[in-house]
Amino acid sequence: MSTIAHTQKRGFAGTVWDYLTTVDHKKIAILYLLAGGFFFLVGGIEAMMIRIQLAVPNNDFVSAGLFNEIITMHGTTMIFLAAMPLLFAFMNAVMPLQIGARDVAFPFINALGFWLFFFGGLFLNLSWFLGGAPDAGWTSYASLSLASEGHGIDFYALGLQISGFGTLMGGINFLVTIINMRAPGMTYMRMPLFTWTTFVASALILFAFPPLTVGLFMLIFDRMFGSGFFDVAMGGNTIIWEHFFWIFGHPEVYILVLPAFGIFSEIFPTFARKRLFGYSSMVFATVLIGFLGFMVWAHHMFTTGLGPIANAIFAVATMAIAVPTGIKIFNWIMTIWGGSIQFTVPMLYAVAFIPSFVMGGVTGVMQAAAPADYQFHDTYFIVAHFHYVIVGGIVLGLLGGAHFYWPLMFGTMLSEKLGKITFVLFLVGFHLTFFIQHFLGLMGMPRRVWTFLPGQGLDAGNLISSIGAAFMAVGIIIMLVNVVITQKKNIQVGRDPWKDGRTLEWSIPSPAPFYNFKQLPLVRGLDPFWIEKMEGKTEMTPAEPIGDIHMPNNSFTPFVISLGLFIAAFGAMYQADEGKGWAIPVLIIGMIVTFGAMLYRSIKDDHGYHIHKEDLLDDAGKGGTH
Amino acid sequence: MKQKLTKWRLFTVFGLMALVLSGCGEPFLSTLIPAGEAGQTAYDIMMLSTWIMVGVVIVVSILFAVAVIKFRRKKGDTTIPKQVEGSHVLEILWTTIPILLLIILAIPTVIATFDLADTKAMDKKNEDGTTDAMVVNVRASLYWWEFEYPNQKIITSQDLVVPTDQKVYFNVKASDVKHSFWIPAAGGKVDNNVENVNQMWLEFDNEKAAEADNLFYGKCAELCGPSHALMDFKVRALPQDEFDQWVTAMQAVDAEAAEETPTDPTAAAGQEVFNQKCLSCHAVTTADARPEAARTAPNLANFGDRELVAGILEHNEEELKNWIEDPEQYKPGNKMTGTYGELSDQELDQLAAYLMGLKVEQ
Repeated sequence: MSTIAHTQKRGFAGTVWDYLTTVDHKKIAILYLLAGGFFFLVGGIEAMMIRIQLAVPNNDFVSAGLFNEIITMHGTTMIFLAAMPLLFAFMNAVMPLQIGARDVAFPFINALGFWLFFFGGLFLNLSWFLGGAPDAGWTSYASLSLASEGHGIDFYALGLQISGFGTLMGGINFLVTIINMRAPGMTYMRMPLFTWTTFVASALILFAFPPLTVGLFMLIFDRMFGSGFFDVAMGGNTIIWEHFFWIFGHPEVYILVLPAFGIFSEIFPTFARKRLFGYSSMVFATVLIGFLGFMVWAHHMFTTGLGPIANAIFAVATMAIAVPTGIKIFNWIMTIWGGSIQFTVPMLYAVAFIPSFVMGGVTGVMQAAAPADYQFHDTYFIVAHFHYVIVGGIVLGLLGGAHFYWPLMFGTMLSEKLGKITFVLFLVGFHLTFFIQHFLGLMGMPRRVWTFLPGQGLDAGNLISSIGAAFMAVGIIIMLVNVVITQKKNIQVGRDPWKDGRTLEWSIPSPAPFYNFKQLPLVRGLDPFWIEKMEGKTEMTPAEPIGDIHMPNNSFTPFVISLGLFIAAFGAMYQADEGKGWAIPVLIIGMIVTFGAMLYRSIKDDHGYHIHKEDLLDDAGKGGTH
Repeated sequence: MKQKLTKWRLFTVFGLMALVLSGCGEPFLSTLIPAGEAGQTAYDIMMLSTWIMVGVVIVVSILFAVAVIKFRRKKGDTTIPKQVEGSHVLEILWTTIPILLLIILAIPTVIATFDLADTKAMDKKNEDGTTDAMVVNVRASLYWWEFEYPNQKIITSQDLVVPTDQKVYFNVKASDVKHSFWIPAAGGKVDNNVENVNQMWLEFDNEKAAEADNLFYGKCAELCGPSHALMDFKVRALPQDEFDQWVTAMQAVDAEAAEETPTDPTAAAGQEVFNQKCLSCHAVTTADARPEAARTAPNLANFGDRELVAGILEHNEEELKNWIEDPEQYKPGNKMTGTYGELSDQELDQLAAYLMGLKVEQ
């Protein structure tokens, strides 16, 4: 098989087939970006509906039941189907290049992870068309989720279970990749911060997702197969669900925010032309945050009635997280201190992130004080807090990362002008929407209310908040326009488009050739590409002679394995209904498809193929390190 | 950049103006105007943490603003800044100062956590099983609240009546799904769990209560279904003597009193309708001897005295009739809809007259 053919032009159908079967981390990154971006828009539309409904008191834009479905799907979609996959997109696109690897450790599993996430997300969102979405909040507390009628919660439990498998696989894959596939000279303490945060976030996924999986299985069995884990009448206990959910749910926050921290830790040094201040303490802080993230879950349950001892312990533990987070903030400020700051769009997001995220961080410490949290809990203060963390931290990271890594992924540069318009609209809208919500909460507005009565002093604040949301929406629309225009023009910008790239991903052509590195680079320190550039070189020193490169073959099997679970989920869900005799066969057929595909994968030998040395030499114009 | 800044300023001003206009919220609802000791404790910690954190935000913002403004790249400047590895002194500084600040916050936090959880007075039982402490059992159901006074042996719902200037202890639970019992002005919330009873205390200052016209708003703070947003209740905080009068009047509404026919003929006819259609769920005596599980609807013994119909509608016959005619329209997902068949206009008039006449206060 001629290898360089991979880069040849294809028809539309050929391209689709290529993406359905790809195991290349760079293409999987694009799949994650597309799917995550789509779900981000869906979640955004849901957010707009929430703000329209709450713009004025006693509004009837949506009904009470529908509103609960919208808030549930907004939260679930944004966390599981937008933020996580978008971060996975950047992890896939950037991390292997940053450590000088030709792919992730398990390319097949990487594809499987994506398709599981995609089919899980698809299943969850089909609930809108098949009798109603889940309506018990993204936390899906057990007494309410068991009482909820219809199949909404079943869609939630099964959909998240399937996509959760994908996430878990992705996490394990990244861990193995970072441990095993670093280029010569790339020691742990020379890894870029984004790789470090990917590493720690993946470790968190490894330990945090199993509790969710167990909890979801219990919920699935309670709702569909007659068990009673959470059914008090049968001797169950609903508080157990809260523990399971938050033992997962709190680390999940760090799974999301640490990679965003990583993106900012790349952007700051690049556009300040100055190495990251206190690299080793940044690494230390990242690991510490990840560790402490598992010690604090019960601060989501201060009002559950765990008693003063538990509440006091978890209050103090939660406060402790502020210390490593503070270290990071100060290190970032000191990174740009004395630097030469260029305000590109990514840098604007990074700069805006600091005060925005600090706002979310300090309200987090305020909530850690349990007696104060008895007032904050389940009010709009909490809504304001976690949106400051998630939007001010993660979404700004994603938007900044999208502009920063766009040339790496597509070889083109998003318009700086449109980018700046998006930035201003989004940032203004964000603060306008959420700052006032702190005060709404303090003035007595509970969260998750579908309407509010006039005469409680809440009218003005809600209206302002809704106006802000409109700004954010316009900002995102302009960003979409930006993407379309940029891709339409398709002006390729080549290698190191920001001119000040410091790490390995910028040392190869953008977008990277499918084999990434023609020769693995020799890493001589932190910011390896910067070191070479400072010595007047334009390329990395290779660590090996040009030789054959072993590549994996494309495979349609991950798609089929995931499709089987998708089919089986319908069977599992409907078998609990009266008069749906077809459901059990569907469940069995789905499982046969999945296990059959796994068996096929196990017994069929697939050794991949080699790119020959000669082809690589011919391909000189295409890049590589020479 | 200029334009951006003006825009920024405009919105900040706009936001601040809105804040000033609305002040700290309403005294009957806001956590920022605490009505008693429990609320004050939470408020003090909120303020302590806020001021520490405002300090942090100011320091970070100044450093950040200086860095961003001072170190902008000049056009055409290609110099490479000095690559600084880090600084041990700074690292130690910004590790220890936050730790000190957190200790300052942690100590009162732990003390207050234990104070607010101190419900020992509820356990000191007299020989007859009553307590000297003022105790109310709060039971939340979709979407209404029951308040049982075990010492006084009375049951009411929707309007909680409490004496001022003393600690009121609560046993809190739910009968269907999880709810959360919250009187923002009086203090923090605690969840109504389905599997256990949670305990807490609140206190209402006489003066603060007077400022709020002796009436506070209570809310359900945990998502419990479609009408979660409408699961409000009211709290009437009365001076001790008025509270005692209320208790005596409530205790007088025993089974015998409830069976008396009202003098008004319309209301008397309404009683007939009520006994046929409503009585199997709604009690009209304050001493409802049925077990908890049988009390599936709000107790209506003092319905005529209440503040709102169903916790959300104005308290008059018109709204009451609207509510009875189609509860689903006002509280979607409630358990009352469809349990009593169609009522004629005449029956509605009679029922409304009867219910509005159920008063213990003059």
